Amino acid sequence: MKVKFLALATALAAAALGSTGVLAQGKEQFFPVLVYRTGAYAPNGVPFANGYVDYLKLVNAQGGINGVKATFEECETGYATDRGVECYERLKGKGGGASVVQPLSTGITFALTEKAPGDKIPLITAGYGRSESADGQVFKWNFPLLGTYWVAADILVQHVAKKEGGAANLKGKKIALVYHDSPYGKEPIPLLQERSKMHGFELITIPVAHPGVEQKAAWLQIRQNRPDYVFLWGWGVMNSTAVKEAIATGYPREKMYGVWWAGAEPDVKDVDGAKGYNALALQHGAGMAKVHQEVMKLVHDKGQGTGPREEVGQVLYTRGLMSAMLSIEGVRRAQERWGKGKVMTGEQVRWGLENLALDQKKLDALGFAGVMRPVSTSCADHMGAGWARVQTWDGAKWSFTSDWYEGDDQIIKPMVKSAAEKYANDKKLTRRTAEDCQN
Amino acid sequence: MLYRENGQFKTSYRKDQQVFPILQDRIAIALVLLVAFVLVPLTAQEYLVRAILIPFLILSLAALGLNILVGYCGQISLGTGAFMAVGAYAAYNFHVRIEGLPLLVSLLAGGLCATAVGVVFGIPSLRIKGLYLAVATLAAQFFVDWAFLRIRWFTHDSPSGSVSVSNLQVFGLPIETPTQKYLFCLAVVVVFAVLAKNLVRGAIGREWMAIRDMDVAASVIGIQPMYAKLTAFAVSSFIVGVAGALWGFVHLGSWEPAAFSIDRSFQLLFMVIIGGLGSIMGSFFGAAFIVVLPIVLDNMPYWFGVPIDTALAAHLTFMIFGALIIFFLIVEPHGLARLWSIGKEKLRIWPFPH
Repeated sequence: MKVKFLALATALAAAALGSTGVLAQGKEQFFPVLVYRTGAYAPNGVPFANGYVDYLKLVNAQGGINGVKATFEECETGYATDRGVECYERLKGKGGGASVVQPLSTGITFALTEKAPGDKIPLITAGYGRSESADGQVFKWNFPLLGTYWVAADILVQHVAKKEGGAANLKGKKIALVYHDSPYGKEPIPLLQERSKMHGFELITIPVAHPGVEQKAAWLQIRQNRPDYVFLWGWGVMNSTAVKEAIATGYPREKMYGVWWAGAEPDVKDVDGAKGYNALALQHGAGMAKVHQEVMKLVHDKGQGTGPREEVGQVLYTRGLMSAMLSIEGVRRAQERWGKGKVMTGEQVRWGLENLALDQKKLDALGFAGVMRPVSTSCADHMGAGWARVQTWDGAKWSFTSDWYEGDDQIIKPMVKSAAEKYANDKKLTRRTAEDCQN
Repeated sequence: MLYRENGQFKTSYRKDQQVFPILQDRIAIALVLLVAFVLVPLTAQEYLVRAILIPFLILSLAALGLNILVGYCGQISLGTGAFMAVGAYAAYNFHVRIEGLPLLVSLLAGGLCATAVGVVFGIPSLRIKGLYLAVATLAAQFFVDWAFLRIRWFTHDSPSGSVSVSNLQVFGLPIETPTQKYLFCLAVVVVFAVLAKNLVRGAIGREWMAIRDMDVAASVIGIQPMYAKLTAFAVSSFIVGVAGALWGFVHLGSWEPAAFSIDRSFQLLFMVIIGGLGSIMGSFFGAAFIVVLPIVLDNMPYWFGVPIDTALAAHLTFMIFGALIIFFLIVEPHGLARLWSIGKEKLRIWPFPH
C-alpha cells in the first residue's frame, strides 16, 4: 500500500516537474482566460471561450506574437463575482505574470477595476464593463474597447427613431427595457433616461432576477403597458426565455431589440417563432471571414480546435476571436515600442492597448476584414470606436438589417466625463496628466 | 501520551473555568496563533492569502455568527446572506457619507444595523419554530435583496447598483496589501471568536442552549424565551453583519447584492451543519471545508500537470464536493467538530487504549 502510494506520488511529482520543464522553454506571454462553461450562462459563455482560445492557438500556429508564444490557462468563474476574483488571483501571477485580463462579466469587471491598478494588469472589457471607464484619464487600466452599454443603448434609440421617421416622432412612445438585474443590466439606464428626457418617450424599466428563467411577471407588465419597443439586456438563458415569453405574450418580435449580448445563435436557435427578433451586432455578425478559415485550417484541421467545428463563425465565437485578437494586438503594439519578440509586462501591454491603431490594412492582414472596423485608442479615449449595426434573426441565421450607427458623442461624452469625475472624487484620484499619458 | 491531562490540577475556580483547561490545548492554540499571525504573513504566497485565507477567515466569522443562532439557540435561519448584506451596505453608507469615520467604526456600525434588522426578522421566532422559522427568515433574504437592488439611496445613487470602497486604513495603518488585509481580518476574527466563546460559556449561552434543547422546560425554569431568542438573533446578526462588511470592504472591494444572494445563505448554513452545530471550532472547520475544498479540487488537475477541460473540471468539483458532503454527514452527522473531539478522546489514551 505504502509503496504504491509512494510510486504514485513520485509519478505525479515527475509529471508536474515535466510540465513546468516544458513551459520554461522559449519566450512566453501568458493570457489568463476567465470563462464560464457551466451554469446558467454557459450557452453563451462556451462559444465565446472557444473562440478566444482558438485565436490564441491560431496565433501560436502562425509563429506567435513576433516569436513569443501565447500561453493561457482557463479558469471557470460561473459568472459569479467571488469566483471571478478567485480566478483572477489564481492566474495573475502564473506564467510570468498575466498580460491582460478579460473578465467577461460586468460584475467581475467592477471588482477587478479596484484590483487591477495595484497589480498593474490591464482589463479589456470589449463591449461590456462600466461605461464611464471609456475615460482613460481616470480609468487608466480599463479598456472597454469597441463600445460600452451607453453606446449600445444610444444606437438602439437612434435606430428606433429612424424607424419612426425621426427622433421627433418618439414623443409619447413607450420603450420598455427588460434587463438582467445586475450591474450589467443596469448600465444602460442612465443613458436611456437621458434620451427619454430629450425626445419625450416614456421609459419603462423591468428587471429580471438572476438567472432569468422566471420572467412571467416582467412580460405581464409588458402585456399591460404595451410598449412600442422592447429593449432586451439579457445574457445566458435569460435571452431565450425572453423571446419565448414574447411569443407567449404575443408581443411582436420585430419590435424587440437585444443588446449585442442578446443576439447570438444560442438565444434564438431553439425557439420556434423567434423569427424577426432583432439585436445589435458589436461590429461583427455571424459568418466566415478570412480569420475563420485560418482557424479552420491551422487549428481545427489539426485536431486542436476547442469546441465543435460547426460553431466556428457563430456570433459569440467570433466575438471570442475578436476579443483575443485585441489582447494580442495590444501586446504586439507594445512590442513595437519595447522590442519585438520580447515578453511584455502588464504595464507595457497597457501602453500598447492605449495606443492601439488597427487600421483597415492591419485588419485585412489579420483576416478581420469585414468582421470589424478600424479602431484606435488614446489616453483620453479607451473605447476606440463606438459603431454597431442591427441584425435580425430570419429563423435560420443572423443577417444585418441596418446601416452602421455611431454612438452620439454629444450625449455620451459628457455623461462619461461626469461619471468618471464622480468615480475619481470617490476614490480621491486625480486625472492623469499629459506626461503620464506618454508612458 | 502527549495529550494527557493527568497531573494538571485545578486548584482554583479561575483555573477550572478556563476556555482551554488542558495545557496541551493552550500550547496548541498558541502555536496556531503564532503561525497565523507571524509565519503565514511572512511566508504565504499572495494567491493563498488573497484567494483562500481571507475568504476563509471572513466566512468563518459569518459561520460563527450563524452558529450562535442555529447551533446554540436552535433557530434555523436562511437569512444570513441578507444580514451580511445589511452589514456591508450599512458600513458602506457610513463610510462614504460620513467623511473621516474610522474604518472600524463603520464596520461595527454596519454590524449594529444588521443587529437591528436581525432582531426585527427574529420576532417571528417567538411564535414559529423549526422549518417554519427558516421560511420566515427567507423573507429577510428576499426583502433585503430587493431593497439593495431597488432603493438607490443605499447604493449612493450608483447607476449600476454596484458600490466600491478603497483607501482603507485602521489607526493610520493602510489596509492595502494582501498581508495587511489578512492580518486585519485575522485580528477581527480572533477577537470575535474569543467574545463568542465566552458568551456561549456564560449565562446567556446557557439560556440559548436551554431554549434550543426544550423551550417549554426552559421557560418553566425561568428563562424568558423572548429575551433568549432575540439576544441570539441580535448577537448572531451583529457578527454576521461585521463579516458581511469585511466581505465587501476587504475581500471584494466592489460588490453588488448578488454577492449576498440566497446561495450565500445556504453556503453558510451548510458550513454550520457540516462543521458542527453548537461549536465555535466547528464554524472554522465548516468554512474551511466549504471554501477551501472546491478551490483545491478545482486546482488539482493543474498541480498534477494533467490539464483537463475546464467544464469537466468544474463538474468534477461539484460531484466530488457533493459526494464528500454526503460522506461526512453519514460518517459523522454531528459535524467535523465532533470528529475532532472524538480524535482528541482517542489521543488521550493513545498509545495504550484499553
